[in-house]
Amino acid sequence: MMKTMLRGNESVAYAFKLARIDVFPMFPITPSTLVPEMISKFVANGELDAEFIPLDSEHSAISAAIGASLKGARVGTATASQGLALMHEILFIASGMRLPIVMGIGNRALSAPINIWCDHQDTMAQRDTGWLQFYAESNQEGLDLILMAFKISEDKRVLLPSMVGLDAFVLTHTMEPVDIPEQSKVDEFLGKFKPNYRILDPKNPATFGAFGSPRHYMEFKYAQHLAMQAANQVIDEVFEEFEKKFGRKYSKVTEEFTEDADIVFITMGSCTGTAREFIKMKRKEGKKIGLIKLTVFRPFPKEEMRKALKGKKVVAVIDRNFSPGFGGAAYGEVLATMYGRDGPKIIDFIVGLGGRDITFDTFEKVLEIAEKGLESEVEEINWIEVDKEAVEKEEMI
Amino acid sequence: MKNDWLFAPGHGLCAGCAIPIIVKHILAISGENTIVVNATGCLEVATTEYPRTAWRVPWVHVAFENAAAVASGIEAAMKKKGEKANIICFGGDGGTADIGMQALSGMVERGHNVLYVMYDNEAYMNTGIQRSGATPFGAWTTTSEVGKANPIGNARPKKPVAEIMVAHRAAYVATVNVAFIRDFKKKIKKALNMEGARFIHAISTCPTGWRSDPSKSIEIIRLATETGLFPLWESENGEEIKITYKPKFLPVEEYLKVQGRFRHLIKNPEYIEKIKEDIKQWWRRHGVEI
Repeated sequence: MMKTMLRGNESVAYAFKLARIDVFPMFPITPSTLVPEMISKFVANGELDAEFIPLDSEHSAISAAIGASLKGARVGTATASQGLALMHEILFIASGMRLPIVMGIGNRALSAPINIWCDHQDTMAQRDTGWLQFYAESNQEGLDLILMAFKISEDKRVLLPSMVGLDAFVLTHTMEPVDIPEQSKVDEFLGKFKPNYRILDPKNPATFGAFGSPRHYMEFKYAQHLAMQAANQVIDEVFEEFEKKFGRKYSKVTEEFTEDADIVFITMGSCTGTAREFIKMKRKEGKKIGLIKLTVFRPFPKEEMRKALKGKKVVAVIDRNFSPGFGGAAYGEVLATMYGRDGPKIIDFIVGLGGRDITFDTFEKVLEIAEKGLESEVEEINWIEVDKEAVEKEEMI
Repeated sequence: MKNDWLFAPGHGLCAGCAIPIIVKHILAISGENTIVVNATGCLEVATTEYPRTAWRVPWVHVAFENAAAVASGIEAAMKKKGEKANIICFGGDGGTADIGMQALSGMVERGHNVLYVMYDNEAYMNTGIQRSGATPFGAWTTTSEVGKANPIGNARPKKPVAEIMVAHRAAYVATVNVAFIRDFKKKIKKALNMEGARFIHAISTCPTGWRSDPSKSIEIIRLATETGLFPLWESENGEEIKITYKPKFLPVEEYLKVQGRFRHLIKNPEYIEKIKEDIKQWWRRHGVEI
């Protein structure tokens, strides 16, 4: 298999091209700007037959995505951080109108202070908008997940939009060998886009985005709940079909070295690779540590997580995000998922915000606390590699 | 009698509201091959309470500030699919002149093949008469209250949205008034026969917010034009605007006195003088001495 060296943004752009998107509305933002730049080039040189719309803001970009999707186009776009936050209002409307838009995200910290580097705060802040959420460990996963996201989102049982996160710079700007699938195989996998929902059609007029009174609103939301539940099944089916066709296996929750593990780390995104190497090293030292990679965050894979955590003693949730006033977002989900079950001790670790590197040293500190957790009570929320003294001296306030 | 208006009766807009008159006449001209994008506002709320709809053409509402962006996406999808239909946006002055200004500016600058119609009732009427950028000088609203410390009400002049669209070199820009139905229909037909981004500014009586007699709505907006306050004009591709109707230049008091929102001005003739001066200045800039 011939592999090509691609940056994460290029993976996303190639995925959109392979999916033969019809419309690409966009507004540039670091670190995902290369995606629209590449699509612009694909369109300009005739490699991709799509309409490229350079809008006046991310808010307008996602609004145009809704318009195009509702007119029966396959639509992709890309953004990050402040751009995603600006889209917030319209994200609910895209999912409420049940439109299978797919968006690539260069996961980046939010202001203030302004910061262009990686964390997952941007997508975590959108977890209740009704979009499916996928997190890539590598550029290959970024490409594959975008393709699969179209198939999952467009499934009649789902009809919900998807966002696929790639870590800022660590993935978006870093070259990795990537297998770009053949167009014919992707065409077979995705099929020609035919909207299986009602569209804006003068021959068959319908009203979209109507006013929903208390008598009807709740049923629309319940239908979205059912669609999210159905997505759980559809994701498994699509992952399986993808593996058969392209030979790469995906799971919502991927377990490695967990069989005999007392302590497991739960990771999302690119730090999974570092965690894997760290765990391999520690296992050579005889430590019983395992790894759980969380690829799908919405719908949250509750059953798979319960199965994976059964019999574990301590779970270290590695959160590259923080919900002020609570703790990490993944921690909250894992805790809720495991509540009322005779399960492990679950400890939260806030790491790598605003692009701070996650290294073996980081995981050493995580492991130290997790091991302490085997024997005794430890802090619930642990901020790792933070200069606490500087904050206490009010230097940062 | 058969009712075949594409904008159907039975909606919840107020008695005397000019919006449905504007909309049904525009749809009668554009015909069935039309897609409507509606910004949040009175028109959207009052015509689409699920599961009923007053729209016999495809219609979509997404949010308050983004009708022009949604329309841009629809137009792009149609281009890709090789389809043709009139895309018409309807937005109030709030959704157009204020919160939707950026999306509108972008749509017009990019030249999308869309007709944008602003129905202008000169305040946020859907939320209950709060001032907008299009509220005229001297008007009372619930956020430009009149009192001892503020005898004027809204102290700022009206934002010239249509002129801002001319500055964008929109393919076509026109002001219309349903009280002048021939001029109105002629401009809508002309706009629909053109390509590119087109903008129509339609003045629209709101008896609730203007504190006026609902049975006099058309007479009141006729006065807006006949006093010189709401001139009727058109412009193509950013060219100098052309006046399409020469008003009688009736005293502006005729218009002000039939609306409760201007009642406080009667006791303050210096503000009425200012309105008169503004009218004079506008017409002078366009070569007409009153």
